[in-house]
Amino acid sequence: MKKMKLVMVGNGMAGVRTLEELLKIAPELYDITVFGAEPHPNYNRILLSPVLAGEQTLDEIILNPLDWYRDNRITLHTGTKVVHIDRKRRIVLAVGADGVEIEAEYDRLLMATGSNPFMLPVPGKDLEGVIGYRDIADTNAMIEAATRYRHAVVIGGGLLGLEAANGLMLRGMQVSVVHIMPSLMERQLDDVAGKLLQKSLEDRGLTFLMGAQTQALIGDKGEGKTGRADGEATTRSRVRAVQFKDGREIPADLVVMAAGIRPNTELAILCGLYCGDNNRSGLVVNDTMQTITDPRIYAVGECAAHRGTVYGLVAPLFEQGKVCATHLAQFGIGRYLGSQTSTKLKVTGIDLFSAGNFTGGADCEEIVMSDPYAGVYKKLVIQDDKLVGACLYGDTVDGSWYFKLLREGRKIADIRDKLMFGESNIGDTGHQGHSKAAAMADADEVCGCNGVTKGTICKAIKEKGLFTLDEVRKHTKASASCGSCTGLVEQLLMFTAGGDYSKAPTKKAMCGCTDASHQEARDAIRHDKLLTIASVFERLNWRTPNGCASCRPAINYYLISTWPKQAKDDPQSRFINERSHANIQKDGTYSVIPRMWGGETTADELRRIADAVDKYKIPTVKVTGGQRIDLLGVKKEDLVNVWRDIGMPSGHAYAKALRTVKTCVGSEWCRMGTQDSTQMGKDLERAMWRMYAPHKVKFAVSGCPRNCAEAGIKDVGVIGVDSGWEMYIAGNGGIKTEVAHFFVKVKTAEEVLEYTGAFCELYRQEGWYLERTVHYVNRVGLDHVKKKILDDSAGRKALWAQLQAALEGEPDPWFEFDKAAVDTRQFVALGVSA
Amino acid sequence: MSDWKAICRVDDIPVLGARRVERPQGIAVAIFRNAQDQVFALLDRCPHKGGPLSQGIVFGTSVACPLHNWTIGLADGCAQAPDVGCTVPFSVKVDAGEVSLNAAELASLALDQTPPRAGPHATTSAPTFEVQTPHSP
Repeated sequence: MKKMKLVMVGNGMAGVRTLEELLKIAPELYDITVFGAEPHPNYNRILLSPVLAGEQTLDEIILNPLDWYRDNRITLHTGTKVVHIDRKRRIVLAVGADGVEIEAEYDRLLMATGSNPFMLPVPGKDLEGVIGYRDIADTNAMIEAATRYRHAVVIGGGLLGLEAANGLMLRGMQVSVVHIMPSLMERQLDDVAGKLLQKSLEDRGLTFLMGAQTQALIGDKGEGKTGRADGEATTRSRVRAVQFKDGREIPADLVVMAAGIRPNTELAILCGLYCGDNNRSGLVVNDTMQTITDPRIYAVGECAAHRGTVYGLVAPLFEQGKVCATHLAQFGIGRYLGSQTSTKLKVTGIDLFSAGNFTGGADCEEIVMSDPYAGVYKKLVIQDDKLVGACLYGDTVDGSWYFKLLREGRKIADIRDKLMFGESNIGDTGHQGHSKAAAMADADEVCGCNGVTKGTICKAIKEKGLFTLDEVRKHTKASASCGSCTGLVEQLLMFTAGGDYSKAPTKKAMCGCTDASHQEARDAIRHDKLLTIASVFERLNWRTPNGCASCRPAINYYLISTWPKQAKDDPQSRFINERSHANIQKDGTYSVIPRMWGGETTADELRRIADAVDKYKIPTVKVTGGQRIDLLGVKKEDLVNVWRDIGMPSGHAYAKALRTVKTCVGSEWCRMGTQDSTQMGKDLERAMWRMYAPHKVKFAVSGCPRNCAEAGIKDVGVIGVDSGWEMYIAGNGGIKTEVAHFFVKVKTAEEVLEYTGAFCELYRQEGWYLERTVHYVNRVGLDHVKKKILDDSAGRKALWAQLQAALEGEPDPWFEFDKAAVDTRQFVALGVSA
Repeated sequence: MSDWKAICRVDDIPVLGARRVERPQGIAVAIFRNAQDQVFALLDRCPHKGGPLSQGIVFGTSVACPLHNWTIGLADGCAQAPDVGCTVPFSVKVDAGEVSLNAAELASLALDQTPPRAGPHATTSAPTFEVQTPHSP
């Protein structure tokens, strides 16, 4: 088949990211041609500020070197401006720097023309030394000016203006910032934070003229003065001063206009693409990033207006690029629904962060902490028990966490009292005290699982041009294992990649095989009564024929937990431990942990275990933390025989299922005991063993409040008291110790069973794969669980009944191979016949 | 001239699964079957830390190592970027549903590679990435 032709106008970050996404999913679909007006390959525009400040070089910020275009067979025309698009004949006409005309035909056209700095329409704006701040040429002009001139004036006290001013100051210029509003960065900061920022920048040597209105720029030959015509002179005159409405004048050898940006829609307007009424907005696109005028023409980036918003930060633009790429690739499944954005100033040493509605309003509440002396100010805006805005100055380590809460729309009632003090005080990601990413040394370890240091991560982010958490995970392995350092890595991304890195979107795709989230997959399976993995993949447009090691086990679990007895378990979609019903060890042998109801055993069982250890030469026997016995180093060929010889049920220590039920001795023996905790534990275990769940599940039962069974850190913890049983849920003793929430107090053992079963079934039905109860409850809120189980007794009984029905007649996989779909061929190796 | 050893029928390998083939000498060979009934063979040893690839989850034309989830290509034995490293691929012949491996390869390839060790008798000073540095057992 003849390839289609894709032409891209513009060679910036949003456009090239779109091509990268497209090449990932449909590398052979298009012949691609790119026109860029600048003489450079795609570079990281966000990092121009560090370049100006002398902290990075231009070479360091190139994202796609020329080799990349060549390797992907993309025809690149740099320094070439597109001057006309013939939409009837589908031809783009461009003119190179040398005046040579180039024509390119297209089947699909991608407009990624970005934006232009807004140049104030004042006399003298065309003088030499008056520039915007947008590209490498502007940056070089500023660096060059700093070597020859003394006075710089930056017009505009927003993000870009302040970064420019800071850079010019570091390069030795005397810099005045002119801002028309009374406080700096008013679109990102409230008054208080704006004033703190101004003070801090004044201390560094910047001068501010607030509320000042620029009237004219005056040239050294007298041009620009009010009432005189502009430049008749043959040689171009250079700017000398800035004049204000009130008549004041300040010296200026360089004027940087940073009073905002405008979508670059000149070409789009010229060829009749709709750019809003009177061409005032950007190039108007729909949710698939097609221009509403011409479906063959797409637009992404700062030139595009989506649902009335033109985004100027990189994260939303990358999301747009992803959607656009799926549509260009003819999958047509992605929809761009708009983004929430956050802001961070890239001025070294000044920490500032804002997101959402940080100014508050009538029905909002505010939590404010202000310490002007220490230069710290934090404001959190709350509406309907959700965080809707944050404005941080001086201490921004929790910015990404607040932004996450804001995007997720999580209820905050349970953490409200600690919200202001940040994530490390909530302990949501563990490793307390490690949250100050900025303060860490390069040699400090960020990811304990994979031994990745801060230096390694920052280097990879810079050198490889990484923007997303996923990319950092792939390249460095940081936060790719237990995930407890995710928050920290996000912070590193934030201050290394600069500005708004591409954070994980609210709706997170399960894996690279699909755009569907875990919730969407669960919903589809329930609503459409899907019973096989293949039907899920088809219904949700999976991109891969049989998924991957990450999505297939998840889907398999969702099927069997949603439709027990109907959906068929697929062993090949289970991780090896659940396929061989034993835990794989690092040398490829397995461990065997038999079930000991409530942690009790007998001489007979111990004798059989001892005999098996001798017979099969099992190297290590260890008592586990869950009151069981672990036989380590069993060869796979011996597993079936070991199970048979010890003759005890599977402990499911290898599975996302009910594991141990830890108990104390209880009232049967203990002189302190008030309840028979061992019997309660045995009853719970017998009622709920063989229960598969999104992740492992552990119970504990203590017979008195001394709580020797450590019930406070279990998924369900039960503590006997004189008048009955106290129940605790969603505790965790793993990666991050999390104390269980008090749930309810009940009188009888039957109630303990019912409430425990109902909670487990709710978790089985609503939890996402690999989500422990602690994370599940944090996500849906303890109130939700209470409403379903405590407030709704019929619902509770129904859940308990559903769990019992699902477990009824379930096989023990160590003995009922057929029923448990255990493929016994795996226990026999093939040989090479002579 | 090639001498092929019959190993098993294609149907003896689970779809999206694998079997282990023991050799008289050297680490076992893993034979995989994907959804299209293609059969592949690799040394049963992940280039990362020696995990038995035969125990991994098979998808597309890849297998995820059961130890640390590296994705290894079934055709060439190489890890998917950004991970780096390859395990040894073996030739496979499928004829009328009969899977055969090359006798010469079985007898000669990767005999110097050792399995990973664990437990009380494993040497604690084993290098982390000993895979690519051949040494006699």
